[in-house]
Amino acid sequence: MPGQTSGRPRPLRRGLFRPRRDFVASTLADLTEAVQRSVFAEEFARRNGWLQALDPRVKVLTFLGFLLLCALTHRLEVLAALYALTLVLAALARIPLGFFVQRVWVFIPLFTGLVAVPAIFNWVTPGEPLVTLLHVPSGWTFLPSDLSITAQGLRGAAFLVARVATSVSFAVLLVLTTPWARLLKALAVLRFPTVGILILGMTYRYLFVFLRVVGDLFLARKSRTVGPTPPGEQRRWVADRLGYLAGRSYHLGHEAYLAMVSRGWSGQARLADDFRLGWRDGAWAAFALGVAALVALWEVGGR
Amino acid sequence: MTEPLFLLRGVGYRYPDGRQALVGIDLAVEPGEALALLGANGSGKSTLLKVLDALYFPTEGEAWAFGAPLTERQFRDEAFAYAFRRRVGLLFQDADVQLFSPTVWDEVAFAPLQLGLPKGEVQERVQQALDALGIAALRDRAPYTLSEGEKKKVALASLLSLDPEVWLLDEPTAGLDPRSQGWTIDFLLSLVERGKTLVLATHELELAEVVARRVYVLGEDHRPAASGPPDEVLADEALLLQTNLLHQHRHPHVGWEHRHPHRHGVAHFH
Repeated sequence: MPGQTSGRPRPLRRGLFRPRRDFVASTLADLTEAVQRSVFAEEFARRNGWLQALDPRVKVLTFLGFLLLCALTHRLEVLAALYALTLVLAALARIPLGFFVQRVWVFIPLFTGLVAVPAIFNWVTPGEPLVTLLHVPSGWTFLPSDLSITAQGLRGAAFLVARVATSVSFAVLLVLTTPWARLLKALAVLRFPTVGILILGMTYRYLFVFLRVVGDLFLARKSRTVGPTPPGEQRRWVADRLGYLAGRSYHLGHEAYLAMVSRGWSGQARLADDFRLGWRDGAWAAFALGVAALVALWEVGGR
Repeated sequence: MTEPLFLLRGVGYRYPDGRQALVGIDLAVEPGEALALLGANGSGKSTLLKVLDALYFPTEGEAWAFGAPLTERQFRDEAFAYAFRRRVGLLFQDADVQLFSPTVWDEVAFAPLQLGLPKGEVQERVQQALDALGIAALRDRAPYTLSEGEKKKVALASLLSLDPEVWLLDEPTAGLDPRSQGWTIDFLLSLVERGKTLVLATHELELAEVVARRVYVLGEDHRPAASGPPDEVLADEALLLQTNLLHQHRHPHVGWEHRHPHRHGVAHFH
């Protein structure tokens, strides 16, 4: 055919290291990933594991207890033991350890690194210097003349990272092993504000409706676009669609509210549960209490 | 003569942005009646259902239900609001609007719980509704994982668990595949046989013909255009063309083509 080149088609544009992905394609991929991640998480919650079989109320209460232990302990060894416990629990819940560890640790540098890293230096945490990194001429700043990593600073940073990592591990474990709906219901039964829980539930539910709408919007654009479009035009399109989505979400919110009113909503949420306690719940609660007692003894004994 | 369940006199409705949705609606709905509101898209059918469900209050004229005026003031009386919501259920056209709970079970339990039924009874009603619609296996599923047909069944179950006296249904077969359409029509007919009052908004003439005993036609000017038995009203081709309920287009055949008014709606073969 005239104008046709032989062999594989050439990419439209090459970046310095790899071809740049069109923002439509990357957004679609991200949307698919978001849905898959959620479905994947629900899949764990439905597995036949030890934690999954527990009554959500008992699980929420005991995990809150573990979080409290993480927050109150003054011993790194306790935090290490609690972290090891989360790994054992993950294995009992049939969650792949690699996935679980990655899920927890991917956030740690992001949220704690910014706070923990400055704290290891003597300018923030004075103490016994371990390594001196920099010598500043005296009188140049109001800070000490040397910049060192201190033992106290390292210990404080280790505490912070260990505390956050162990707490996040418990939280992730709770969310991964409990279907979202049952988790919310357990919170409601435990007297968390029901309106807040209802809003959380509806937000999660309609997130998927809007993910689908956004996916369709991007597909519709992709089907009518050939080749790359200038960044300015892409930004204009995204801003325009954001406005459209905002309008659509307002309309959907209004209609959903009418649907609630139509079925008796009067501003006060009432939720029902079908939870039943079993022997496992008793055994688990006893174990959690035992862990708490052990930690308390450890703390007292160490003083 | 029995007193009508709903009585609308000169009802008009204007949206807050100024758009007129209904003009001069005079309508009486008798107990046990199966009434179809027919009209083209945008004629005001959904708005009229929302007026009947007291979600919107008329901006002109007056609406009455069960002998009481449908006004905001009336609905401040909690006992009346409770009794009204127990007796009237509305099926929304978009199932995603109606299914706002995290699971099917929660959705079906929503109305009985909000209306203060005891927990034991709620659980019993939910199970009965799920069984009646053959969706017990879906009880723990999230609505976003359901097909359109399943969503419609869950939406119907969410009304069935309340078992209202009046069923207001907005385009109940829209967007469904033929099997789900057939199932929905069977379900609506079973409601009619049980003596429930049905008000059905649709632009599908065959659905109205099969389910309704009376049709009420809304014109594109948002005014009532006709009312009467389905066989009389639906035989008026000029009216149906004028109200955009019947269309005409080219019908190509081998070697020739012709043009004539034509119905689209629920597929129906004998």
